[in-house]
Amino acid sequence: MNLHEYQAKSLFEKYGVAVPRGQVIGASEEAEAALTELEGRAWVLKAQVHAGGRGKAGGVKITSDRSEAIDFVNRLLGSRLVTYQTDNKGQPVNQILVEEPCEIERELYVGLVVDRSLRRITLMCSTEGGVEIEKVAQQSPHKILRATLHPMVGLQPFQCRQLAFGLKLQGEQIKQFGQLLSGLCRLFQEKDLSLLEINPLVVTKSGQLLCLDGKINVDDNALFRHKDLVELRDTSQEDDREIRAKEWDLSYIALDGDIGCMVNGAGLAMATMDLIKLHGGHPANFLDVGGTATKERVAEAFKIILSDENVKGVLVNIFGGIVRCDLIAEGVVGAVGEVGIDVPVVVRLEGNKADVGHDILELSGLNIIVAANLRDAAQKIVSAVGGRQ
Amino acid sequence: MSILVDKNTKVICQGFTGKQGTFHSEQAVAYGTAMVGGVTPGKGGQKHLGLPVFDTVRDAVDETGADASVIYVPAPFCKDAVLEAVDAGIRLIVCITEGIPTQDMLYAGAVVQEAGARLIGPNCPGVITPGECKIGIMPGDIHMPGKVGVVSRSGTLTYEAVKQTTDIGYGQSTCIGIGGDPLPGTNFVDCLAMFEQDPQTEIILMVGEIGGTAEEEAAEYIKNHISKPVVAYIAGMTAPKGKRMGHAGAIIAGGKGTAAEKFAALETAGVNIVKSPADLGATILDKI
Repeated sequence: MNLHEYQAKSLFEKYGVAVPRGQVIGASEEAEAALTELEGRAWVLKAQVHAGGRGKAGGVKITSDRSEAIDFVNRLLGSRLVTYQTDNKGQPVNQILVEEPCEIERELYVGLVVDRSLRRITLMCSTEGGVEIEKVAQQSPHKILRATLHPMVGLQPFQCRQLAFGLKLQGEQIKQFGQLLSGLCRLFQEKDLSLLEINPLVVTKSGQLLCLDGKINVDDNALFRHKDLVELRDTSQEDDREIRAKEWDLSYIALDGDIGCMVNGAGLAMATMDLIKLHGGHPANFLDVGGTATKERVAEAFKIILSDENVKGVLVNIFGGIVRCDLIAEGVVGAVGEVGIDVPVVVRLEGNKADVGHDILELSGLNIIVAANLRDAAQKIVSAVGGRQ
Repeated sequence: MSILVDKNTKVICQGFTGKQGTFHSEQAVAYGTAMVGGVTPGKGGQKHLGLPVFDTVRDAVDETGADASVIYVPAPFCKDAVLEAVDAGIRLIVCITEGIPTQDMLYAGAVVQEAGARLIGPNCPGVITPGECKIGIMPGDIHMPGKVGVVSRSGTLTYEAVKQTTDIGYGQSTCIGIGGDPLPGTNFVDCLAMFEQDPQTEIILMVGEIGGTAEEEAAEYIKNHISKPVVAYIAGMTAPKGKRMGHAGAIIAGGKGTAAEKFAALETAGVNIVKSPADLGATILDKI
């Protein structure tokens, strides 16, 4: 689960990490009061969406002109922001964060991730703040300083010093930086985060460290023990079909092709998409119906797949391990009958009671094409939607 | 020979009397696995499926001499279950449960490593040595004793791979589902090292997927340490960036962890790569 910048910053504050003074505007009427509250040299206005690249896309404005600030709020609130990280429809802007500006001396980067190959939480810092960190990692990897947290002892003062000296921080800043890192590590561990990024962390002209941006990713699997974070979920930033799928315990991701896929198991679902592509077709989605593909869930899965108007055919690929294929076949027949599907449906059943399943499909009288194996299934669906075989 | 488990492996089940534990323990017993009991706190002293139930893993180990445990307890309690198994001296811990917080496994994994035990999973189908011992949720009947060592991050896709090696008549030495989470207890490299040492294993079949760098690390290891032929498939050529493809670990993050990178690393290491999941068996027949 992703958090908005303003939510991340409010968590930073709770962990003693300094952020600019700011207010969140959720409706145009709130703009005047927020601007008055933060009256000063200028205002920094930032559209709140779950995507990076907001600055270049016109989602950030610094102005000292009050009417310009009001215009920005009115124009952005309720609109959709398209950045290089979003699709071409963009993400809806429902909040604007307004902050006091600061005078920037240097821009740094601080990030925390779970490093999968080291099996450790890893701290990353760089003097190259304010730019895409992936590019820095690629072009000048020596500019990224790292420290790994031992699971039993956590962050140590010497690691903070190493990083601080590496970033050429001085005097009081070194102590400040140590406190900042220790707060961030506590936040990362206590709230089960999977990613935390501050880009940039700035050194102000007066020598203070301040988080100008904040990105937080929470481990979905840990949400059961963080009710406070669950409340921060903003479903307006998520795909409607993905939300609906989640409610049914289905895992769905929209793609831009025309062959809908329904598969049991995430790995097999990806493999099925790949196979469609290899045979010249284009998958419209990833969908894992999971281990207990009941009639109701199969029906719901069909509805979600078909709510994508690009879908010209559906491939159902089930490997019945413990799951019985005859029950799946009944589910498919029931669902196709109930939902009223008018595009070709190719079904491949393998494993437990697959023969019985095939008979059920053949005898149903419905427009279901039975495939003999994986390759046959891909060929049949690609040819059914009129693609190359 | 085989790796990790055989007919002498004594297995207990944590979460024994629950729905999953009951169903899969019954299947395991029917397959011929040496199930010796199970653990459900508060139900110690009872019998379940004709086997003794214990309150603690330690009791179960003391009474039965179990050396392996399979975990079906709900995700919030899995860290505790793994730690309890380690504490009781269990050598092989297989955690089937999906949805465990990553940081729980970070800590549990460190303890497992410190104790010199082995954890398979979580979020995995388990491990099977055909004809001898089945620990997990995989269907027994698609397997056949033989010479292909199978290691995979997936569930049903593993079954697909296994069935293809059975269909060509080669069979499997041992099949390990290492799981789809970001921090699996056992990785490709661990399994490759064991298969290299196992006389029964003549060919290794690796099924990877997008996300992380486990396949790249495997490629590096294969180049330097594996003399047996390796065939590999990576799922997720068509997966978009930044989206979690069902498995918690299957995500292309920051542009890294793509199937193309993994295929390239494996190919450089001399691995026989397969682009179509329908051609796993055919490639093994063809190349080896």
